[in-house]
Amino acid sequence: MVSKMPMDASAVLSEIRKGFILESIKTGKRLDGRSLDDYREIKITENFVPKAAGSAMVEIGKTKVVAGIKVEEGDPFEDSPDSGVMALNIELLPMAFPTFESGPPSEQAIEYSRVVDRGIRESKMVDTSKLVIESGKRVWMIFVDIDVLNYDGNIIDAATLAAVTALKNTVVPASKIGQKDYALPINATPVSITMAKIGDELVCDPDLEEEQVSNGRITVTISEDHNIHAMQKGDIGEFSLDEIRKAIKTSSNIGNKLRETYLR
Amino acid sequence: MEGNIKLIRDDGLRLDGRANNEMRPIKIQTGVVQRADGSAFIEWGANKIIVAVYVREAYPKHAQNIDRAIVKARYNMSGYSVEERKRPGPDRRTMEISKVVSEALSSAIVLEKLPRAEVDVFIQVLEADAGTRIASLTASSVAVADAGVPMRDLVVGCTAGKADGKVVLDLSKDEDNFGQADIPMAILPRTGKVVLLQLDGDVTEEEFNEATSMMMEAMPRISELQKNALMDKYSLEDGE
Repeated sequence: MVSKMPMDASAVLSEIRKGFILESIKTGKRLDGRSLDDYREIKITENFVPKAAGSAMVEIGKTKVVAGIKVEEGDPFEDSPDSGVMALNIELLPMAFPTFESGPPSEQAIEYSRVVDRGIRESKMVDTSKLVIESGKRVWMIFVDIDVLNYDGNIIDAATLAAVTALKNTVVPASKIGQKDYALPINATPVSITMAKIGDELVCDPDLEEEQVSNGRITVTISEDHNIHAMQKGDIGEFSLDEIRKAIKTSSNIGNKLRETYLR
Repeated sequence: MEGNIKLIRDDGLRLDGRANNEMRPIKIQTGVVQRADGSAFIEWGANKIIVAVYVREAYPKHAQNIDRAIVKARYNMSGYSVEERKRPGPDRRTMEISKVVSEALSSAIVLEKLPRAEVDVFIQVLEADAGTRIASLTASSVAVADAGVPMRDLVVGCTAGKADGKVVLDLSKDEDNFGQADIPMAILPRTGKVVLLQLDGDVTEEEFNEATSMMMEAMPRISELQKNALMDKYSLEDGE
């Protein structure tokens, strides 16, 4: 079902509040004092769950997610005998928001997961060729599980940041099979930047209220090679080509800053 | 899945003989599912996709929007539509496609004209050969128009991508599998506004711009085919 935000008493913005946000953004100011391109404060706690092979808690403003990695032995895909496997999943936990429900993943959760997965996979962040135990028979499988604990907008960027941080501190438990443990081989550091279209403006790192008044979202994932590895237009709404080009520029600029500050 | 397969021949053409900005042939027909309120059948290269649209009161009642319609597209692949049998039923890929197609159609439909309604768009991919989401969306918007649903514009889509490092229009299956990028995009042709955009792979900003202008150039031609399909059906009925 297409509805931009869950429809429920606690999730519906009053028309007055909406108007207030829209008017403010027209003047280039956001209600929390940020400018249109400003990101909220980011807090990263590495190795948050030591039982995991790699993990991180990421907070962007009040949005809070945890990514944990498990590395297990498994079978390679038939068409890629010399490549390990990565699977990524985002859980929108019921505790995070009144309309998130337990049970099978919603369309929203699946879309978010697939956008985050594409950015990491297509940037070739994880060198899966170095995860082969026996060609065609046994490989290491990297399971990235991301839990959303508190929802205040922009889950895609929080989940990407958490997954990338966790992958960077992941250890492959090769001692289990009589070899030496080794750090997960990493080739790139993708950063996703998500913008919401509010009125005629693109607003970076939207919070929940901003998502609720927006007409469309756009995510651009770029790695340090400056190339684009994933893009996704989401929600009901439309963008001009100029707006999309502007989104790419913004993602490139802000992504570089985030990478240098948080992902060294 | 990149391999060492050569996608551009020595004469500069693609494996199927197309130039880099050449589309595969497209055929669109309406009125193919008589039971439905609207329908369309599209053949896009070797893709064969049939779409049926039903408009009804949304149910259950709490799922209704009191001031506008909701749009539910369901993209579904037949078991025999691909090389290896596809297990019937939704999976993560088809659910994502259903979502982005629903959202793109929602931008074209005048939702406020149909309060409490649900526009069901059933998409069945009978044969898949790269670019099915865009072919589905292009056919869906014809089927929705055929159902008499008020629309601002038809939605028209196209893909571009990278094969052997070159930007090419309307990826073939090989180019999709072994190329370096896939960019599906859909617009409302009247305004040129983008209502669907996805990208995966590896492209520079310049390549992205080249790909989008290639698609923008091709889309009016696809849109003509959509209009002709609708005209064909309704002009015939007038004559009877």
